Amino acid sequence: MSLAERHEMMTGEDATWDGGMGSVGDYIALLKPRVMSLVIFTAFVGMMLAPGQIHPVLAGVGLLCIAIGAGASGALNMWYDADIDRIMSRTQKRPIPAGKITPDEALAFGLTLSLGSVLTLGLVVNWFAGAFLAFTIFFYVVIYTMWLKRSTPQNIVIGGAAGAFPPMIGWAAVTGNVSLESLVLFLIIFMWTPPHFWALALFKSGDYRAAGIPMMPVVAGESSTRTQILAYAVILAPIVVSPYLLGFASPVYGAVSSVLSAVFVALAFNVWRKREGDAARKAAVRLFSYSILYLFLIFALLLGENLLARLV
Amino acid sequence: MEDNGVKLTEKQQKNRRSRSIAIALVLAALVVLFYVVTIVKMGPDVLTRPL
Repeated sequence: MSLAERHEMMTGEDATWDGGMGSVGDYIALLKPRVMSLVIFTAFVGMMLAPGQIHPVLAGVGLLCIAIGAGASGALNMWYDADIDRIMSRTQKRPIPAGKITPDEALAFGLTLSLGSVLTLGLVVNWFAGAFLAFTIFFYVVIYTMWLKRSTPQNIVIGGAAGAFPPMIGWAAVTGNVSLESLVLFLIIFMWTPPHFWALALFKSGDYRAAGIPMMPVVAGESSTRTQILAYAVILAPIVVSPYLLGFASPVYGAVSSVLSAVFVALAFNVWRKREGDAARKAAVRLFSYSILYLFLIFALLLGENLLARLV
Repeated sequence: MEDNGVKLTEKQQKNRRSRSIAIALVLAALVVLFYVVTIVKMGPDVLTRPL
């Protein structure tokens, strides 16, 4: 006897089912497409910068697997965080809190895609990259989402590693290992993550407070967060310039990345300086918006140089 | 599902159909993908190797 039949016998009426409501678009939303696009881009840069050869078809499949793996961890994150997503204005419209997809459906979707992407990457490209992708999904879902996010204000500092791994996976897809260069790409995203998210948390701290997430402004206060944002921005600057210092980017990259980093530090300083009212909010929004452009431009520069070198 | 007593709403039926089409397309794409990957991995000399 099926569950539905049993349910009908127990209630004595025709059963309705709250599942099966999700459209294709809702399932795509579960993959966090905007995060995915950044993952594809940084993984692609990692692949292009890596020494060695990979067949373009295999590189394409590798990128697809990394993208699907990232999407799967997004779906698993939404499955686990449905309770707090319901509270925060930024996340209320996600498919699970909006009642379009049930948590069980999201869990099945996320697990299926995780397994599929890891196995395909392992079989088609190499098993080191496959294992690295599996570890990244585990890190994001278990270490960050289940453990750190709700327990420590250092949540996004450590959890940020999950978002920083994709260029290393891209690199590993070509070379089968890690190296100093790929570690630098990792460090750029890793050190960029705290000021990026804390800038967001400064103007969304009400949301995080209501949901009981111990983001830095909620736990340590806004003043301490502003100081830490500035500290991370200052530490990030030399790391961003280091591809030039280590010899795998040109002086042009060195010069442009220095200017971009100086702007980032200046905006972080502005956040540190303006602490009251609308000006403080505007400074945080400006830093948050610029941080996305900053990371994109850094990786675009590295990619552009590499492509140019291949053509010449 | 209807046979088991669960009545799907019109919206559920419509979304189920679009999901089914999407799954069919993804499966077809995977078949093509694995075919191409197999050819790429075997290389051009697949027919000339010694038996």
